[in-house]
Amino acid sequence: MLSSRSTATAQKNTSTAFGQYSFWATLGRWSFILPLLILNLIIVIIPSVFGLLLAFTDWSGYGPINIIGFENFNELFQDGVFFKSLTNNLIWTALFLTIPIAVGLLGAYMLSGIKRGQIFFRVAYFLPYVFASVVNTQIWRQILHPRVGIGPILADYGITFLDFPIFGTRETALFGVAFVDGWHFWGFLVILYLSAMTAVDVELYEVARLDGASRFQQFRFVTLPSIRPTLVFTILMITIWSSLVFDYVFIMTGGGPANSSEVMGTYLYQNAFQRFDVGYAASIGVMMSIWVMLAVAGFIYLRRRGWEI
Amino acid sequence: MFKNQRAQSNIPNYIILSLLALFALVPIAILFLNSLKTTVEIGRNPIGLPEEIRWENYSEAWKEGGYAITIRNSVLMMSLTIVGSLTIAGFAAYALARLKLRGASLIAFYFLVGTSVPPQLFMVPLFVMWRQIGLINTHLGLIIIYCGLYSPFATYLLRSYMVSLPEEFIEAARIDGANNLQVFRRIILPLSWPGFLTAGLVIGLNVWNEFLFAVTFLPDPSLKPVATSLFEFQGRFSRDWGLTSAGSVIMVIPIIVLFLLLQRRFIEGLTQGGLKG
Repeated sequence: MLSSRSTATAQKNTSTAFGQYSFWATLGRWSFILPLLILNLIIVIIPSVFGLLLAFTDWSGYGPINIIGFENFNELFQDGVFFKSLTNNLIWTALFLTIPIAVGLLGAYMLSGIKRGQIFFRVAYFLPYVFASVVNTQIWRQILHPRVGIGPILADYGITFLDFPIFGTRETALFGVAFVDGWHFWGFLVILYLSAMTAVDVELYEVARLDGASRFQQFRFVTLPSIRPTLVFTILMITIWSSLVFDYVFIMTGGGPANSSEVMGTYLYQNAFQRFDVGYAASIGVMMSIWVMLAVAGFIYLRRRGWEI
Repeated sequence: MFKNQRAQSNIPNYIILSLLALFALVPIAILFLNSLKTTVEIGRNPIGLPEEIRWENYSEAWKEGGYAITIRNSVLMMSLTIVGSLTIAGFAAYALARLKLRGASLIAFYFLVGTSVPPQLFMVPLFVMWRQIGLINTHLGLIIIYCGLYSPFATYLLRSYMVSLPEEFIEAARIDGANNLQVFRRIILPLSWPGFLTAGLVIGLNVWNEFLFAVTFLPDPSLKPVATSLFEFQGRFSRDWGLTSAGSVIMVIPIIVLFLLLQRRFIEGLTQGGLKG
């Protein structure tokens, strides 16, 4: 839709060969946007192209570059740690697509039903989102610490399920980190869903109530369909971000213990900056890009099919 | 807005909302309380009020964490990144919103691609490029990267402000003979300052909190910003919970103050740009 509109404008522009559409005027207008384009080219586009090309080499970051074809990818598909990371990214995506979205919808729906104190709750929920990852990880590392956290205290009262090193146990490390990241993230979703919900026509709720709809039914049959564009948008964003996750895992577990919480982001970092296998790291970067591309393609596909997102 | 809708009771709403608020705020309160305790006391009393308030944690954390230097480093990078990206983005947003560019849809597509590329794909080659031209371990090197990363977001945000400005002002200036640059300076800039403020706040926050690029491109301890320096500090004093908690509080205090003062702008900026914090 966007493209067809601008094509029409472009055609109108070409019909005027002189005046404000002359070569110099065009150059003058473009010079406003050139710095942005050039900077983006240097920081993102050119290195990304290099990144793609390096995936087909065995470069260490120094010295000669040998092209080795698909060797890195062959290795990648047989690499247990990479498979573990990819699985962890998928688990991460599944976790974030369910729990924070559910809590976000709950919070937003409850907020849309009140007037007094709305600002307080919005600020409270959003606060963890503006905190740095290094701070949020510090908070929870202490609270969930096996010695100085709430685990041993609760154990005194017979509640033992938190009385073990959550981030140091293979089975729970990833879930522990995901919990901390999710804790800082759900409030962001509340705000997004809330602004979508306040735009819903109040009459729809009235009609639903006249039909005898319960609160949950109103949510299910009025709210959810009305905020679908926002919902789909957040699903897309979460799917993309879940493939890129780095900070929280790197800071809290470094991917350990024994790679049990490794994700593609941390595994790439390890290969590039600790093992100096830049080529291999680049091939992980390519896999991450494919993930993102698939998500974006799905988004465009839905849009083409007429979804309003 | 929901006046008619809630003939139903509000009480369940408030109960659930309060529980969620506790979930968000209690861990933060615990951080503040623990920053005033000794490590021994945290072991005994990990979430309660401190028995004896220990302000020394702060002076010690300030000194051991090198905050005098790291805050200076962070503020330097924040201010230059804000100035740099707002300048670049201001011009670009003006061109996209107000000047009839041929191929504007191509640019939109370019930035859709450019902003959805995973940083991990271009970070390593960028690191090699920066090493080649000597920009590793320089603030300038990281500032350029931040400008590149955040100016598309700022452009997007500013463009939506500039599109909504009334056309009459611009027409009037044009009739007075103003060229594109003069229109930008005299009309667009003064009218779209809220957009600049919002974008600047979000960029500042992102630079303050940024971790991945800072940890990669600035390994030198004396150049580190607060975030990566705190990370290293936490590692060095991993058993000293009171001290590291105080260090974390030092990092979030300015953010909390700014956020409470300007929450509307922060929330608006952060939820519009699709930036991950």
